[in-house]
Amino acid sequence: MFHLMPHRELPDDFSTKYPSVWVTPPWHELVPDPARIGQFYNWTLDELIYGAEMGFDGICVNEHHQNAYGFMPNPNVMGSVLARATNHLDVAIVQMGATLPTTQPAIRVAEEYAMLDQLSGGRLVAGMPLGTPMDANMVMGIPAIEQRDRYAEAHDLIVKAWTSKETFAFNGKWNQLPYVNPWPRPIQQPHPPVWIPGLGSSSTWRFAAQHDYSYCMLSFFGSQVGKRIMDGFWEFSEAENLDRNPYRAGFAQMVCVAETDAEAEKLFAKHMKYFFDKCLHVPDHWWGSPGYQDYESLSRGIRSGTTMKMLEIIQNFKNFTYREFVDKDIVIAGSPATVRDKLVDAVKNLRIGNLMVLQHIGSMPHELTKDSIGLFCTEVLPKLRDIWDDEGWENKWWPQRLRGQRLA
Amino acid sequence: MPYNEIRDVEVWDGDVRTQVLVGGEGPPLLYLHAVMGLQWDPFLESLAAHHTVYAPYLPGTVPGDPDAHKPLEDVWDLTLCYDEILDALGLGAEPVAVVGHSFGGMLGAELAATNPARVSKLVLLCPIGLWTDGRPWKNPNVLSMAELAGAAFADPTGPVAQAALALPEDPEALGEAIIAITWNLGVAAKWWWPIPDRGLRKRIHRITADTLVVWGARDGIISPEYAADFGRLIRNCQVEMLDDAAHVPQLERYDVVPGMVRAFLDD
Repeated sequence: MFHLMPHRELPDDFSTKYPSVWVTPPWHELVPDPARIGQFYNWTLDELIYGAEMGFDGICVNEHHQNAYGFMPNPNVMGSVLARATNHLDVAIVQMGATLPTTQPAIRVAEEYAMLDQLSGGRLVAGMPLGTPMDANMVMGIPAIEQRDRYAEAHDLIVKAWTSKETFAFNGKWNQLPYVNPWPRPIQQPHPPVWIPGLGSSSTWRFAAQHDYSYCMLSFFGSQVGKRIMDGFWEFSEAENLDRNPYRAGFAQMVCVAETDAEAEKLFAKHMKYFFDKCLHVPDHWWGSPGYQDYESLSRGIRSGTTMKMLEIIQNFKNFTYREFVDKDIVIAGSPATVRDKLVDAVKNLRIGNLMVLQHIGSMPHELTKDSIGLFCTEVLPKLRDIWDDEGWENKWWPQRLRGQRLA
Repeated sequence: MPYNEIRDVEVWDGDVRTQVLVGGEGPPLLYLHAVMGLQWDPFLESLAAHHTVYAPYLPGTVPGDPDAHKPLEDVWDLTLCYDEILDALGLGAEPVAVVGHSFGGMLGAELAATNPARVSKLVLLCPIGLWTDGRPWKNPNVLSMAELAGAAFADPTGPVAQAALALPEDPEALGEAIIAITWNLGVAAKWWWPIPDRGLRKRIHRITADTLVVWGARDGIISPEYAADFGRLIRNCQVEMLDDAAHVPQLERYDVVPGMVRAFLDD
């Protein structure tokens, strides 16, 4: 279960009054009572822990900065609470995660992730995001064109720090450390499983393939649009002679469950509207920050028309009705049976082993979120568990001690 | 005058390649372009009437060679690379005039500070490179085209702005133009992002070349207040502030700037 930790109470006129939900939203105007945000953080933790108790195999937080749709600038702060609170459960702590190029020096990621793996008794999944243009370039100040090289260097340093038996000097371009020997090291050997989140860039797929990591597609587009990208991923994997282990692939999907389809609309429509109207309110051209995409992706995206199409989808979000969100599977919402059927189809069609479900949407209040989580875990989740069983794959990208049947 | 040659140059011990547009007649002049990329526009045509103009593409912005910037990591590397470009062009015997616009102005100032004897005269058009907290600044990489026009031109819907920012109508050509502009902005940002203060303040005292700073009084990209700072910090420097101009005075005030620059260079 993936949680964004959004501001749940942005004003009604937010997207007409302010140019962006990200980077520039004015804290003092949008948070009249600062302590309310503390309540949001605690509810978020409660919802994730509840999900763990109710049956999710993993709980997941991410990193964003100066972003009212999600603001856990250090996801590992949340991760440590979640690790401690779930030490009695067979649940993975999925950090999606410390943004590599902007956590400096990168040794901090190695150290913090190792702490989490230790705190949790070896339950960490180490997500290694590249970082968005807004977070990495506009907030954290790194030039976009350097971002992928910085990412690669950070990754190499982190993995070497985890695995090297000797203290070593690291003479990188952005990390120059004379004596690398982190305390602690992770419990998991050779290191925690690594997931690489992305949207659809083949350079991300290539990186995941090169290192035999699991790739997860993180977007708000849902499974219908996701199918095109995941088809591309599996074609790419075949061309690279990778096996078709579905656990090579993760996918983020928004899911809302109520007793009936009609009830779902009644309960969730306004929160979906809140999310897609306010939470994705970002100037279009910020997504394509110059230098963020490498030249090949930039030119291919424009020449093929894909970039424009993606932008159109994002622009249209503000106009969609509940019906459109649901019919297009941008949000899979409805009765347990409806949600079950759609998710089983999505998992099979996109060939997803690691399904990442977002159940808190935008302004959704705490009790409603828990209701949706409860229904999902009792009525839907059991039907998703065995989808790949007959193919006999092992989830190599999962903490070793959690790969068997869940006992706790 | 138009350019009449596209010269390939290879510098940095063979690791950096770029192209230089060469045109005109007269004493040599190095032109350093701004972040959107090199255009042989009417201003360069005017310079070429009285100088041999050498206009290098920032490495990485030559169509077809997008990763050429990679060996150059910081402003020091970039400045020395341009010093080598002058050598590669055979311009070692005499000092040369350097004209730089915006990002190119910062680069020109760094070049003149690094190797003062190499630069005879320096013309800086709305140069970036100095910073005072609180002064208005607009980041070109996060603006829409409309916002960019509004900040860079005193008359954003007028003919000069329209011509400078014109995009092709044909969808395929439009796509290629968007790719080129986006990539050029991304490459240039390597040396000025996140704040266009990369240390020039520490080195500017080294400039010995007679310098002319030209600014548009309505510059919405980088505050015209910096003009006085350049004027004060560069030992032999005159400042011209132009009305009815913003960030591209050489085109917005084509009626006076080419003549002003020519008179300054000839003096």
